[in-house]
This record gives sequence, C-alpha cells and structure tokens, in this order.
Amino acid sequence: MSALDRIKTLAARDAGADRVVPPAGFTVRLTLFTAAAMAFLTVFALALSLAAGRLATSWGEDLARASTIRISAPEGQLAAQTAAVLRVLEQTPGVASARALSPEEQRALLEPWFGPDLPVESLPMPQLVEVQETGDGYDADGLRLRLQAEAPGAVLDEHSRWRRPLVTAAGRLRLLGWVAILLIGAATGAMVTLAANAALAANAQVIAVLRLVGATDGYIAGAFVRRFTLRTLAGAAAGTLIGLLALLVMPAGGDTGGILTGLRFAGLQWLWPLFVPPLAAVVAFFATELAARRVLGELA
Amino acid sequence: MIELDNVAYSYSGAAILSGVSLQLAPGSFHFLTGPSGSGKTTFLKLCYGALRPTEGQVSIFDEDLAAMDRDAVAMARRRIGVVHQDCQFLDHLPVAENVALPLTVSGQASPDQADNLRELMTWVGLTEKFEALPPELSGGERQRAALARALILSPDVILADEPTGNVDWEMSQRLLRLLVELNRMGKTVMIATHDLMLIRAAKSLVNARNLRIAGGTLQAAGVDL
Repeated sequence: MSALDRIKTLAARDAGADRVVPPAGFTVRLTLFTAAAMAFLTVFALALSLAAGRLATSWGEDLARASTIRISAPEGQLAAQTAAVLRVLEQTPGVASARALSPEEQRALLEPWFGPDLPVESLPMPQLVEVQETGDGYDADGLRLRLQAEAPGAVLDEHSRWRRPLVTAAGRLRLLGWVAILLIGAATGAMVTLAANAALAANAQVIAVLRLVGATDGYIAGAFVRRFTLRTLAGAAAGTLIGLLALLVMPAGGDTGGILTGLRFAGLQWLWPLFVPPLAAVVAFFATELAARRVLGELA
Repeated sequence: MIELDNVAYSYSGAAILSGVSLQLAPGSFHFLTGPSGSGKTTFLKLCYGALRPTEGQVSIFDEDLAAMDRDAVAMARRRIGVVHQDCQFLDHLPVAENVALPLTVSGQASPDQADNLRELMTWVGLTEKFEALPPELSGGERQRAALARALILSPDVILADEPTGNVDWEMSQRLLRLLVELNRMGKTVMIATHDLMLIRAAKSLVNARNLRIAGGTLQAAGVDL
C-alpha cells in the first residue's frame, strides 16, 4: 500500500483496527506531552526566526540607503573639491551613484533647525554629496584614504554602517531559528520512533495473534501508526495553542522594540504556527510507519 | 492443499527436521505424534508459513512458499485455521470480538456476520461467554474459543497443535468430535498430539492417517498405536 493510500485509510479510521491495539496509559501521556512540548518550542523558534528575519530586512533597507560625504573647504576651493570627490566616487567600486545636493535640498535639510528664512547663500555651508551603495558596499577605509589625498576637506559619514554586523547577526539568528525547528522536528521523529518501538515490543503478543489470524503487515502497522499519529497531532495542537497564547501575552515593545520585544508574529505570519500540528503528525506518521515495518519484518 | 517436498529445517546449525515429504489432500484427517520436542510444532509452523524450510520446498495452496511474500502468507493464513496448545488472544477484547478477529483483520466484519458468529459460539458451547475477557476463560473454554476463531473464516485446512493439552478427558473428547465433524464437512484436518488415547478414541469416528515424527524424520505410523 502506498503512503497516500495509508493516509487515506488513516483519515477513514477503521474502528476495528483501532481496537486491536490495547489502550496503554503511560506511553499515551508521554507521547502527548512530548509532542506538546516540541510544538511549544517550535512556535518560539518560528517566532524567533520570523522576528529576526523582519529585523534583518528592515535594517538591511536602512543600510542600502546611503552614506554622505561632507565637504568643508574655503569658498574658492569648494567647487573644485566637490568635483574631485565626485570623480573619486565614480571610480570607486561598490558605489552605485553619487550626487551633490543642490542648495535648495540643503536648505530643506536645515529648515527644521533654523527655519525657512535662513540665508543659506551667505553662510559658509559645507557641500553634501549623497552616495548610493551597491549591494556589496564599498571599501570605506580605502575611500577615506583616497578622499584625503584628492579632497582634504571631505569627510565620509557612514551613518548606518555600524549596523552591518547587526544585520549579519540577525540573519544568523534567523538561520539558527530554522535549524532549531529542523532539530525539533528530527527530535519529534526520534521520540515517536522510540515510543512506537516500545509499544510494538510491549504488544508482541497482540502482533503474534494478528499475524496468526491472517492480518497483513499493513493492517498491523496501520493500527499503531494511526494511534501515534493522532496522539502526536493532539499533543502538538495543544502545545501550539499554549505557545501562541504565551506569545500573545508577551509585552509589545512597539516600534522601538528590538529582538526581544519583537518576538512575535506579524500579520499573516500568525498563520505559520497552524502548520506545526499537521507537520508533527506527518513526522509521527512516517516515524511510526518505519518503526512498525522494521519490527514486523523481523517477526515470523 | 499443503505439500512438503523433502523439507529440512535447522535452527542455528542443528537439524530439527530433515527429509520430510507429505501431501495433505483435501478432506484428509491426520494425526501427528511424537515425543515432546521432536518437532511437531516446527512441522505445523512450516505448514502455515510461520517458518520457512532451510531445504526442500513447501507449497501452500499450490503456491511455493519461497516465492510468497509476507502479505501472501497472511492471505494464505485466512484459509488455514490454526489452534495452538497455549492459544493466545487479545486480552483487552471480549471473547466474541476475539473469535471475530479474522473477520476484522481481513476487512470482512459486517453486521451480516453476527448470526454466523452466534452459531459458531453455540457450536463450541461458548454462548454464555460472549462478553467475557479471554483471561476469565478456563483452559477448555480457551481451546474452544481458539477453535471458533480458527473456523470463523471457514478455512480449508485446520491445523491443531496439542488442542487437548490443557483440558480434561471429557473436554478433549468434545474437541475431537468438533474436529471430526469439521472433517466430515470436507475440511482437511491435522492434529498434532502426544495423547495416544485421543488417537484411539478417534479410530471409531474417522478414518485418520497417523504420522510420527522421531529422530527428525516423518514416518507413517501404524494404525495400532
């Protein structure tokens, strides 16, 4: 019987097959509890991954924006130094584009501090050059050295560069979250395999009787698979629910929140945890199926 | 029905049976005797595919056992009723459900079978024990429940391993009469027993062939045991 057929039978629920496996108290509760704990942890790992992902994206956008070069030079040299800076930038790998701000734009920048009536033209204003980076970024130290040589009055201001390691860290955190989810999934499979093996060993007599009266391996395996899959599904559903409730009561940090207060789902991401119980059930299904086939294959 | 051709079975190097050839013809009645540990149970297990021969060939319903996979063996067992000396049941299910278990596992359980089941339970005298759990049954009742379970699918062959081992004389007579009755209905019956009294008692009821396992080989035993 193919796995698909087995899943169909599973859904159909053969009451007779369910009854042939004796109800066992302790392993039931253990499987339920472990599945619940694993699902609970998965919800948090998922929240961590998604929050880290959001953080990496928003910080990454900041980074991609721009750096600024400020040129302060005596009146007569300003235009020459600006031209020199733009020339240097043109030749610098990693710079997507560079553009000197017009006097109007500079005035707009200062307006919040000095009001609209400031006579900018009469002041010794530094010239600002906006630099757009490519994805790879440029070599900041190399650019500084070249600017020093070509335009002594130019200062490179990387306002968001300090965040770059943080973006990398957030990316790593997201990766770690996914690795944790994979490990939890594998641990769930291992746990179900152990529980199924224990149940199969404890029910050796049941299996012998079933074989004697002409039950196929598929029928016997199905009875165990159904039980463990449904148990895991129920446990994981409970664990997911508790995990979601725990996330809901976490204090929200608003926009200022970092990774700690941002540990929750946003918008449609709340749908993600709903996949945890079915996935746990799928893991349990295959783990029990494999365990049952292996144990049955060794029997007469 | 079941055919063994020069079959040998050895377990971790030690030969338990060798050179065994036998044809179980439809409607035949066999007794299988021999001292304890002579290989009667091994012989029966070879007959229903629980063991595979280390040499020679076993055919079950004209199919070579060597070529049958586990599912094919399971299907063949639905046509072979087996009664063990220490018959085992699903202890958490009532007797009636245990007797109907072959129907359940072969997907034939249906309300129409209820009459069939009741008739069979009456025939083996377990009408009162429908709802009892197997551990509550006496030795004789267990044997009869096992016989009923072996018969519910109306098998072609009945293999009984010391069916009277745990019961008193009167009960063993009753089980024997049930098996003889089945044989008259056309079933092939083989009873492994070391109870010579039982074989003598059967003489007047049925024309049985007696076989004897000794020294790892199968011989035809005389009718005068």
